[in-house]
Amino acid sequence: MKSNTLITLLVIAVLTTSGAIGCRKKPSRLTNIPGQTGRPDDGGPSSAKLGSGPGLDTAPNMTPGVNTTPLDPSLQGNPPSGKNFDNYIPDASRFAAETVYFDFDKSSIKPSELPKIRAVFDAMKTMPTCAVRVEGNTDNRGTEEYNRSLGERRALSVREELVKMGMNPEMVPTISYGEDKPADSATHEAAWAKNRRADFILLTPPGGK
Amino acid sequence: MKTPHSLHPLLLALGAVTLMSAGAYAADGESITIERPFDSLGFRNAILVNISGFTGEADAVLKQDLMFMGYKNVPAAEAKYLVSGSNAGRVEGRVIEKINNHQLHGRAYTGGAQRSLIHALADDIARAIMPGETPIAQTKMAFKAMSGSGKAEIYVSDYDGFGAQAVTRDNSLVAAPCWAGKGTLLYTTYKLGNPYIFAQQLNTGTRVAVAKFPGANISPAVSPNGKRVAMILSKNGSPDLYVANLDGSGLKQLSFSREAESSPCWSPDGQTICFVSQIGGPPQLYTVSASGGAPKRLRTTGVPSPTEPDWSPDGKWIAFTSMSRSFQICIVPATGGDAIVLAQGEDPSWAPNSRALIMSRGPGNGRHLCLLDVPSKQIKDVGRILGSDSQPSWAR
Repeated sequence: MKSNTLITLLVIAVLTTSGAIGCRKKPSRLTNIPGQTGRPDDGGPSSAKLGSGPGLDTAPNMTPGVNTTPLDPSLQGNPPSGKNFDNYIPDASRFAAETVYFDFDKSSIKPSELPKIRAVFDAMKTMPTCAVRVEGNTDNRGTEEYNRSLGERRALSVREELVKMGMNPEMVPTISYGEDKPADSATHEAAWAKNRRADFILLTPPGGK
Repeated sequence: MKTPHSLHPLLLALGAVTLMSAGAYAADGESITIERPFDSLGFRNAILVNISGFTGEADAVLKQDLMFMGYKNVPAAEAKYLVSGSNAGRVEGRVIEKINNHQLHGRAYTGGAQRSLIHALADDIARAIMPGETPIAQTKMAFKAMSGSGKAEIYVSDYDGFGAQAVTRDNSLVAAPCWAGKGTLLYTTYKLGNPYIFAQQLNTGTRVAVAKFPGANISPAVSPNGKRVAMILSKNGSPDLYVANLDGSGLKQLSFSREAESSPCWSPDGQTICFVSQIGGPPQLYTVSASGGAPKRLRTTGVPSPTEPDWSPDGKWIAFTSMSRSFQICIVPATGGDAIVLAQGEDPSWAPNSRALIMSRGPGNGRHLCLLDVPSKQIKDVGRILGSDSQPSWAR
């Protein structure tokens, strides 16, 4: 009995210190090489490096990338932008009045919201070097990861409208925060309605418009 | 003989006859006590033990450990096993089977914090009484702890929430921690702007990207053998289910819908993935072969909008969250069928013993974690680390 326990404790100790079940990485995977992704990431938007945790080291590296994944748009929608906008200057106030709101648990664009998307499109035509990020959000009446997917679906739906109007899909990055960035953290329908939204963030290149 | 559930006397009698034929009875003096080893869902009924000799925190920790492994502390006269010992000075404990006065376990524990020694004793007691079961008192969990809007870190703690340590200190947003073995966590981080999936070795802190595609890279779930990851990616224009090797290679798309998919989990044999899809309108659970094929609807009869499935390690159950006016923790047979509502809460994660669940509860901006003993529905709150703790993942 005693030796069994000791063996068990030893095994636990070894596992804890080696900490490596299911994590047999090639050493090359552990080094981030500037300008290379080190992952088969399909020409992803950045080769940014995430340092060891806790505590991150340096600011991310950046290399532009282009998404070249072929897709039948009628099936799923436009692939998200693969372009890197890390050094663009974000402005959340420019299109604050154009925030698109959604019905509960829905990602379809209500007719009442289309003029706002049109207004963003019209403004973006006058700023051809700028991009606009669509940020999808939800209320917290769904579960967290369900909402993270729903927020992404909302952001992509708004982006599709912009693309239909003629916007270059590359210049419309999307992101979902799910329920993690509520506009109003109160727990009643009026607050929830404010949280079911897609915000437009104007992205200006470092050199200006 | 007390039974945990009120049952019709006729049913009890029927059960007794069935069990007597299986030989599951014990002679106790003149009377014969009939024991029902399993409840109507197939969970082992709590084994009656009497715990004596421990004081303060040690006593509370030992009782809680044994409770979540399926033991109930009762007066000595009703107990089948006597657990006695002491935490004065060093921790020691023994287990005696009352019927034959046989000592099944006896040991002194030194060389660690009292709490750790008590956890080790609890696991030894469980191994001595039920050698075939997986003890859980020394297991860990990971969770998301939110400090404010858009700010969260990953923490790891003992299964009971004690000894929490920050795994990330990025001052950013993270989500959905998931274990790859006992030494590595996968999770989504927004530290680089876009949500990407990274794997972090806990002992070194080294992080490597698992999925870094344009769009959402979210909801990682590592296969039981630690080699594959199921996840939700929107790289093709809509959130869909994908599977890849843990280093990101061998990527394969498993769902192809315009609607949002979410929250994959694995069957214990690693052959099947259960996930949430809105292919048919409202959210439903589906299963799909990990190597691809047509998703099949998994029935969760009686409750609306199932999300966040988690497959029990013994393969029998899928725990999930039903979304209605509030969130309900439910279980359903892994083949589908009638859902059983257990308690209010969300995002259940099974213990290695397929008996306890950890979940989160409370309003979105103030959740806390709770442990749940599924057969008895007993709940124990876990201390809160930051403003809102959620998305627990039990290491198993």
